[in-house]
Amino acid sequence: MATASPTTAPDALQPAGAPATSLPDLTLIQRLVLNLRAARARAYVRVVATGRELSWLAFEVVLPILSAAAYVFIYEALGAPPRYTGFVLLGTAMTAYWMNVLWSMASQFYWEKQSGTLEIYFLAPASRVALLLGMASGGIFMSTSRAASTLIAGSLLFGVRYEVASWPLAILAFVLTLAALYCLGMLFSSVFLMYGREAWHMASALQEPVYLLSGFYFPVRALGFWAAMGASLIPLTLGLDAMRQLMFGAPDAAFLPVGWELLGLAVLTVVYFLLALRSLAAMERLAKREGRLTLKWQ
Amino acid sequence: MSAPLSIDVQHVSRQFVTKKGQTFWALRDVSLQVHEGELFGLLGPNGAGKTTLIKILSTLLLPTSGQVRVAGFDVVREADRVRRVINMVSGGEHSGYGILTVRESLWLFSQFHGLPSKVALARIDELLEVVGLAEHAHTRVNKLSTGMRQKMNFVRGFLNDPRVLFLDEPTLGLDVETSRILRSYVKRWVKEKPGRTILLTTHYMAEADELCDRLAIIEGGRILACDTPNNLKRTMQDEVVLRMEVYPSLTEPQRLAQLPGVLRLVPDRGQNGHQVLTWGLKDDGVIGTVIQALQQDGVRILRLEKADPTLEDVFMRMVGRRLTDGNGQSNHSA
Ligand SMILES: Nc1ncnc2c1ncn2[C@@H]1O[C@H](COP(=O)(O)OP(=O)(O)O)[C@@H](O)[C@H]1O
Ligand SMILES: [Mg+2]
Repeated sequence: MATASPTTAPDALQPAGAPATSLPDLTLIQRLVLNLRAARARAYVRVVATGRELSWLAFEVVLPILSAAAYVFIYEALGAPPRYTGFVLLGTAMTAYWMNVLWSMASQFYWEKQSGTLEIYFLAPASRVALLLGMASGGIFMSTSRAASTLIAGSLLFGVRYEVASWPLAILAFVLTLAALYCLGMLFSSVFLMYGREAWHMASALQEPVYLLSGFYFPVRALGFWAAMGASLIPLTLGLDAMRQLMFGAPDAAFLPVGWELLGLAVLTVVYFLLALRSLAAMERLAKREGRLTLKWQ
Repeated sequence: MSAPLSIDVQHVSRQFVTKKGQTFWALRDVSLQVHEGELFGLLGPNGAGKTTLIKILSTLLLPTSGQVRVAGFDVVREADRVRRVINMVSGGEHSGYGILTVRESLWLFSQFHGLPSKVALARIDELLEVVGLAEHAHTRVNKLSTGMRQKMNFVRGFLNDPRVLFLDEPTLGLDVETSRILRSYVKRWVKEKPGRTILLTTHYMAEADELCDRLAIIEGGRILACDTPNNLKRTMQDEVVLRMEVYPSLTEPQRLAQLPGVLRLVPDRGQNGHQVLTWGLKDDGVIGTVIQALQQDGVRILRLEKADPTLEDVFMRMVGRRLTDGNGQSNHSA
């Protein structure tokens, strides 16, 4: 019944499913080039797209500074040491990355599914990880411009004094924080792939509590040791604490010694990356099985 | 003629679970083979399972059972390889990043296939020219009309020069002129490039007729027939297709469908609002009976022709209803 007509039935000499022409394996270099091109394009698009909507850059710098100002005034009124102004400002600047990871990284696949571009990704040979890394690097670039603007404007406005213990270590702490954070974002994005709507609610619910848990506006030690340990699952917690110790010569910020915090961040990076890889593969398989990779009405 | 198999679908079924928890078969034991160089069509009404099959072929959906090979590779176990040689465009798709220009969007998509930018941009410019979108190359996607977006997506399908291209209702909702341009490109592409294959779905029967070397008629997740358009129409040789425009409209077509020698009667609304009746009759002898019956009912025949059977007639005979629903107008110019 449901087979080809006799007129053009497959030739018996041609074994069913025999390869039309051979398709050699991609070499390591070819695979690298493919994925770098994909990542670069994805990053480029993010940068260009954000650059074309510069109007809200001002908005995203002014608003954080306003919220930082509230904390700065409280600390001043309470007679806290001046370095607390720096703590607050640094935390405020880093919110740019958290927002970026939640709303432009984790939720991106969900978003792409809604707008119909997800199937274009999943149809192509580039790896999903490459696309996510591209998204991440574009996002880091844009968020850094926001964070830096906040930091510079705030430093001038509030007269923040820096006492950098070690530039290389401070930079290392920053880089490790971002690495771990964006790997966590990648892990989240796999969850969004499958559970879009539910995950969206989760992200909304996570946004504000993390400001508290990760100590964006105060040294995380204030939470108490065990709460701070729990909060350390979010890389910003350890990252902020380490950077505060390294940039403001502040012993009272220390939750853990800097060395341990850097190690913790490195471990988080590796763990989240590996989990993200596994989760992406698993969620893709599940989504394909349940028919959730694309919208039904397309 | 025995070109190698390009698409090999063996006993594929696909089940979905609806929101209410019921199971539902979108494809049931579908088998079909498409050879390299063929332009193959899947013709069927909305909900027939065309998109479901295309998604399985393009690695976006797993079959519940059955085997599928594309360009010789298993779409489940060798999805990575399949993705290197295919592309897919669906006509209803209006996707793209609004903030990018047409050229940028297409470049972005080309990069997911690893094309060198120079090659990609040259191809993009050439294809934009073909579909008449060249003057909008630097227009932002959110400024495009629906038809222009569809053209852009159509171009995307050819960027990686796929061996197997899936086009899911590529001319859906497009105007006659645009459809004509896309159709003629599709035809030219598959003929001029050696070793290429296109599988196209449509619910426009004239499109299937014009374009496809062979086609499968699909309905309710099953393939009802699979052959060249001419062979399919030849199956109608044993009957006479009579088309007429009548006034006033027939109120009880079911009754006339019972007349001896009448195989089928499908009423439809014609372009000028008059009713159009398509009859399938056993032989010429029945024509008289039909005309008489209409006269008795006081129905005037405005126009009458003994028509060559179309794929639509083939579909009506197999399924008992029209392919396109109600006023479903094809964008095909006569
Ligand atoms: N993800 C899904 N979940 C549940 N039902 C689906 C899903 N995708 C398609 N269907 C159903 O399967 C049937 C076939 O759909 P489809 O393949 O899109 O038909 P066509 O493309 O021929 O119009 C339809 O009844 C549709 O509602
Ligand atoms: Mg469809």
